Amino acid sequence: MTDTFITSRPGLTKRHAAERRFRLYGQLAIAIALGFLVIMIGVIGYNSIGAFSQTQIALSVRLDKSVIDPDGTRDSAIIRRANYGSLIKAALRHTFPNVEGRRNKRKLYGLVSSEAEFTLGRKVAADPDLIGTTQKFWFVASDDVDMLMDGNIDTSLPDSSRRVSDMEIGWLKKLRNEGDIKRAVNLSFFTNGDSREPELAGILSALMGSALSLFVCFVLSFPTGIMAAIYLEEFAPRGRWSDIIEININNLAAVPSIVFGLLGLAIFLNMFGLPRSTPLVGGMVLALMTLPTIIIASRASLRAVPPSIREAALALGASRVQTTFHQVAPLALPGMLTGTIVGMARALGDTAPLLMIGMVAFIVDVPTSILEPATALPVQVFLWADSPERAFLEKTSAAIVVLLAFLVLMNLVAILLRKKFEQRF
Amino acid sequence: MPAYALRDDLPGAATGISPVEEPLIKALDVNVFYGEKQALNGICLDIPVNQVTSLIGPSGCGKTTFLRCLNRMNDLIDICRVEGQITIGGKNIYDPDVDVVALRGQVGMVFQKPNPFPKSIFENVAYGPRINGLAQSKAELNDIVEHSLAQAGLLDEVHDRLDAPGTSLSGGQQQRLCIARAIAVVPKVILMDEPCSALDPIATARIEELIDELRQSYTIIIVTHSMQQAARVSQRTAFFYLGILVENGPTEMIFTAPQDERTESYITGRIG
Repeated sequence: MTDTFITSRPGLTKRHAAERRFRLYGQLAIAIALGFLVIMIGVIGYNSIGAFSQTQIALSVRLDKSVIDPDGTRDSAIIRRANYGSLIKAALRHTFPNVEGRRNKRKLYGLVSSEAEFTLGRKVAADPDLIGTTQKFWFVASDDVDMLMDGNIDTSLPDSSRRVSDMEIGWLKKLRNEGDIKRAVNLSFFTNGDSREPELAGILSALMGSALSLFVCFVLSFPTGIMAAIYLEEFAPRGRWSDIIEININNLAAVPSIVFGLLGLAIFLNMFGLPRSTPLVGGMVLALMTLPTIIIASRASLRAVPPSIREAALALGASRVQTTFHQVAPLALPGMLTGTIVGMARALGDTAPLLMIGMVAFIVDVPTSILEPATALPVQVFLWADSPERAFLEKTSAAIVVLLAFLVLMNLVAILLRKKFEQRF
Repeated sequence: MPAYALRDDLPGAATGISPVEEPLIKALDVNVFYGEKQALNGICLDIPVNQVTSLIGPSGCGKTTFLRCLNRMNDLIDICRVEGQITIGGKNIYDPDVDVVALRGQVGMVFQKPNPFPKSIFENVAYGPRINGLAQSKAELNDIVEHSLAQAGLLDEVHDRLDAPGTSLSGGQQQRLCIARAIAVVPKVILMDEPCSALDPIATARIEELIDELRQSYTIIIVTHSMQQAARVSQRTAFFYLGILVENGPTEMIFTAPQDERTESYITGRIG
């Protein structure tokens, strides 16, 4: 007899130590994973900040009547067609009168974005009374100025090896001293299509392209996938054929997405002659890719419905279709939705199949239907990441942020739908 | 036919002491196979109308298999094969022209574990009448639901919360809900597969009372592991052992004067 009731068996300390160690490993693993996530999102978020703001320069432009509307017609078509570029150049020369030589003047004109003349044209056309007066307008600065203002240009480098020379910095300092340069929220990033000029490039065309493609993908793959899963799980006779089908669906889920892209190229574009670069074909290819995921997830969630529910319904004299659609499928719906969202999220982020069907084109116009050429968010990220201008780095990060936000939004919808349909049994 | 020629040699076939006068259900030489394995062996059993017949026997003896033959629930199992004849009201339910869905509307079932749908109490009971087209109007459906719940002795406990989920009830209440659900489609026969095995003694007593009341309107076949329960609720008892029907007859005879040695061993607790 020992004096205490609870005696420790040999090895107990070791067992406790092993448990503590295991917990530590788990916590460490989670910490590492979270750390990487935070670093990744942090870096992307930090890099993207510059893209959500833009530099603007104020210029006093003399709206010369002889340039804009020499005959005094006030016809908006004539006003729009006027040479506003020359007015802006004149305004720049007026602000910096000491600039000499063609090269330096070119640099001076390069301070504002090439879009400035269109901005001016729109403003004058909207208010023809301005003609003949001198007005102060804010213009979007060029990407190099923007980079400088964001601190992305190292001014300690020698003058010849950076994109903004000391002379330009001098002009900008003058503008700043007069309060004629400012940072503003870059709303045009969300309303513009792609552009060769980084300061004008926006995400909207890619966002719409992705949304339209995903819409097509959902419309095609969700009903098809769910019906296939329900048939295979609830109605199809078990046998060699159902085994073969099951194995093939599992294999399809593992096929690299570029193969689906090639399939889309060969079948949808070359055989059926569908319009290339369109969200219609993109959505069809993504649907092919998403289908196996939806079918597998839906079958798993159907299998998770207790057989007692089926038996209860069948024993009441319900037919198999009634049993399936009244009792079983509603219970499996949350799982099916989750599977669909997982598949769609993969489709949203996939680039390779879209490259194969031509959704990699340079698209400036925002697509409004599934039959117009479009690009997609991940493709846009790829395109911008590939561009040489420094300012596209910010755009790339910003596009990734938009892509991630889209993803989070989709997941949120899925969670809400789950909550709505979830039933306990 | 060799199977019939051999019938008298089958161990379970000959013991028809006290034949049933007007059987509603007649099983004739029923053999059931799960793949290669034979689960039931030449079962011949007559089941009288408006009485409770209990099927007893040790686990794995085939009583549930037999019960599930009566509403063709075994059809759901791919590898299951049923041979022989089971007639209900003179019609062989395994004839090719029999509609299984219609059959199950006539032969209701209550399962071992209460399995209410994860819906409201009302919906649980209303589902059967609705799909079988028993109610012409909403008011009629309400009547059927209330009547069924009342017959199952559950109405007083739930009348003020018919919208509550069926799964929120206690185990015994859930099982009575399942009984209400089964009788809402007005079957002629109710099959009960160990309906009290998951319940406490008080809930069990409640269900047993209910079974006795339901006997007036329905023919009931109940599988049970409790010999006391069989003795309490049933008028006739059939003893299954290793896939054969060893003995069947009035309950008091089976329990007081069993003809077969195996029956006696089982009811006295020596085998099982």
